[in-house]
Amino acid sequence: MSTIAHSTDMSISRAEVLKTSRRATIWPIAGLILAFVYLAYAWFAFDVGGVLAKADWERGALMSRDSFHYKYQVELARRNDELSVTVEGGRGTEQDPLPAWITTDGKQTRVDLGDGYRAVMNANALTYTEPDGRQFVAEIKGKEVVVNGYRAFLDETESRYRYFPETAPERTNVVDYADLVALGVLPDGSSFAPSKFEFHPDYYKDVRITRAQIRVQRYFFGWEYFWFGPQSPLVDKSAAEVWGIVWSGDRIDPALSNAEFVFLQFWRNPDWQHNEMFTALLETLLMALLGTFVAAGVGLPLGFLAAANFNPMFASRMVLRRLFDFLRGIDQIIWSLIFIRAFGLGPLTGSLAIAFTDTGTLGKLFSEAIENIDNKQVEGVRSTGAAAVQRYRFGVIPQILPVFVSQTLYYLESNIRSATVIGALGAGGIGLKLVQALQTHKDWENVMYLIFLTLIVVVAMDIGSGWLRRKLIGESTH
Amino acid sequence: MTDSTLSIGQLHSHFSEMEKRRRLYTVLFIAGSLIIFFGGFSIAENLNSGGFWQGLSKFMDYPAAIVSDTLNADDWLVTIVGHVPALIETINMAAVSTLFGTLFAMILAFCSSRNLGIFAWIVPIARRLMDITRAFPELIIALFLIYLLGATPIPAIIAVAFHTAGALGKLFSEVNENIDKKPLEGLQATGATWLQRMRFGVLPQVLPNYCSYALLRFEINIRASAILGFVGAGGIGQEFRTAISWGAGDQISALFLLLFLTIVAIDQISSRIRRSLVGGAFQMA
Repeated sequence: MSTIAHSTDMSISRAEVLKTSRRATIWPIAGLILAFVYLAYAWFAFDVGGVLAKADWERGALMSRDSFHYKYQVELARRNDELSVTVEGGRGTEQDPLPAWITTDGKQTRVDLGDGYRAVMNANALTYTEPDGRQFVAEIKGKEVVVNGYRAFLDETESRYRYFPETAPERTNVVDYADLVALGVLPDGSSFAPSKFEFHPDYYKDVRITRAQIRVQRYFFGWEYFWFGPQSPLVDKSAAEVWGIVWSGDRIDPALSNAEFVFLQFWRNPDWQHNEMFTALLETLLMALLGTFVAAGVGLPLGFLAAANFNPMFASRMVLRRLFDFLRGIDQIIWSLIFIRAFGLGPLTGSLAIAFTDTGTLGKLFSEAIENIDNKQVEGVRSTGAAAVQRYRFGVIPQILPVFVSQTLYYLESNIRSATVIGALGAGGIGLKLVQALQTHKDWENVMYLIFLTLIVVVAMDIGSGWLRRKLIGESTH
Repeated sequence: MTDSTLSIGQLHSHFSEMEKRRRLYTVLFIAGSLIIFFGGFSIAENLNSGGFWQGLSKFMDYPAAIVSDTLNADDWLVTIVGHVPALIETINMAAVSTLFGTLFAMILAFCSSRNLGIFAWIVPIARRLMDITRAFPELIIALFLIYLLGATPIPAIIAVAFHTAGALGKLFSEVNENIDKKPLEGLQATGATWLQRMRFGVLPQVLPNYCSYALLRFEINIRASAILGFVGAGGIGQEFRTAISWGAGDQISALFLLLFLTIVAIDQISSRIRRSLVGGAFQMA
């Protein structure tokens, strides 16, 4: 109390009291300013503005739609006047009977696009109706498309499409796109060229007419054919029906029991390839597990040899320490590139890469843990007349076991993620599958499926290793 | 208490029973390990396109080829210097992503610590958010963003920052939950607002640990940024990939040396700073 009384002496002004705290606050502020200056430099160094300007956000919207939706495609081929209704335009997905929202009498096909949007297709025309009743009729006349009485032509002088009424003489009374939209002849956002009219009112509907075909697409939420492929006899069955089949005695395939049959129909689904995904996941898991195991198994004895209290030879300790640094310093990716040359592609290469890097890391951690043990326990065991092996067994091992277990589990966890990355760059497994699916730039639903699988494995590994850690070394550590 | 009624004989049989069970667990553990090791090895070997034992003899071929390329190259030093800009780009990528990642991690950590008096409903939300960001491998986000933004360093920065936010956020919130509450109570007694309590009561306690973790993360992020270069995000990784696909041994060794030295140097510097920040035994799990 006396010091407080002393420091609040009347002769010290408020400014002087605050001076020290000012000095203490100046560092964080200086740090913040430095960070801002650095970020400003980075903004220009990475040309963030330029990249954002060039970014393709439409791609993003289409990607997120395709990730979680599938489309029905109603197509009228004008060559032979044949109607086909497919899912994603895929072969073997022809719908028969047609869904309730498509009706046809052989000449005219009506498609309900949902939300009040409708389309009617016949041999030469596509009529598209908006919820407010506005109607757009696109017809094929000769070689060209006519929409609500207007034709398109390419204006060479202005290098864009312009339009004229079909009743007027060629290229007279010419109007622009904006005029037609204002007149209500064209829907806003549509594209109209001499041989094509196309419009998508939102991301889930699409109508299009060309000389070769009339096509209407409608998107639905979900992953179609996730359980059973389009050719499977189980494809139209509800979950309850499938359950019933599993337990019923009449075999669908005489060679297999019904449970096996249902499982194989799911497992070998050609659209989603569950079996291949599972194998790839297993490969990734194997890479991480094997790599971490080898690293822990090799790292522990090396850790003993690198610890000052167990290996009195300074030179050999130094050599080991530098070896750990070397193994650690080279990234897993680089190791895997070296191993791919020697061992080819596959999980073995990946696990060796993980094992090499982590032998360095775990060896270093273990040697530090061994150097930090409490010697009293060893002395106590020694005082009972224990031999060297027993001293290690009962004096040392119990002390480093918690470190050993918890660090190994932590590295196992992070190696699941690493194995995905190493795999993506060539070693195989789920990472490679993911990169391959991404590179098609269209099977986004498969990409999403792979991401979900990866996340499930990563999270399960997190939870599992946390549980194991608590079980093995008790609640207190971490 | 009930144990005191046990006779010595019962105690002995209990003990030997437990001992037996413990031995059984040990045996099971070792057997399980061996099965995973040998079983995993043989599965991995079967799945691999090349075998382990055949590969072993070829193991040194590639490094040997790189070394001989390097020895035969003229102006190897010039090659090294030529790759420095790419290295700086990678370091910048790591630094920017660490800065942003740390910022988001701090926000998440303050929202997910129960003892700081934040709205209770926000805590589980922030925790799940951290779980999600942590679980995403950087590569996935980077590949997506490269598709949207083009092959530039920015997708890598965003991806690394995203993962950093979750990983650091968890560590930060653990730091937050272990603080001394007395300064907070003292500040509350002076009528300080929540922001003031955080600024003067919590930040001074946690900032050294935060900085230390962030530095550690910076080291990790340099590696991550270099790796993402392999998928087209620029920096030293991209040059590495080009050199490898051309089989230019002298380029590979130059890049390798640069990356290795950088990682070791930053390792050393940051461990020194960390030691001065939080003193002595500081390790990241």
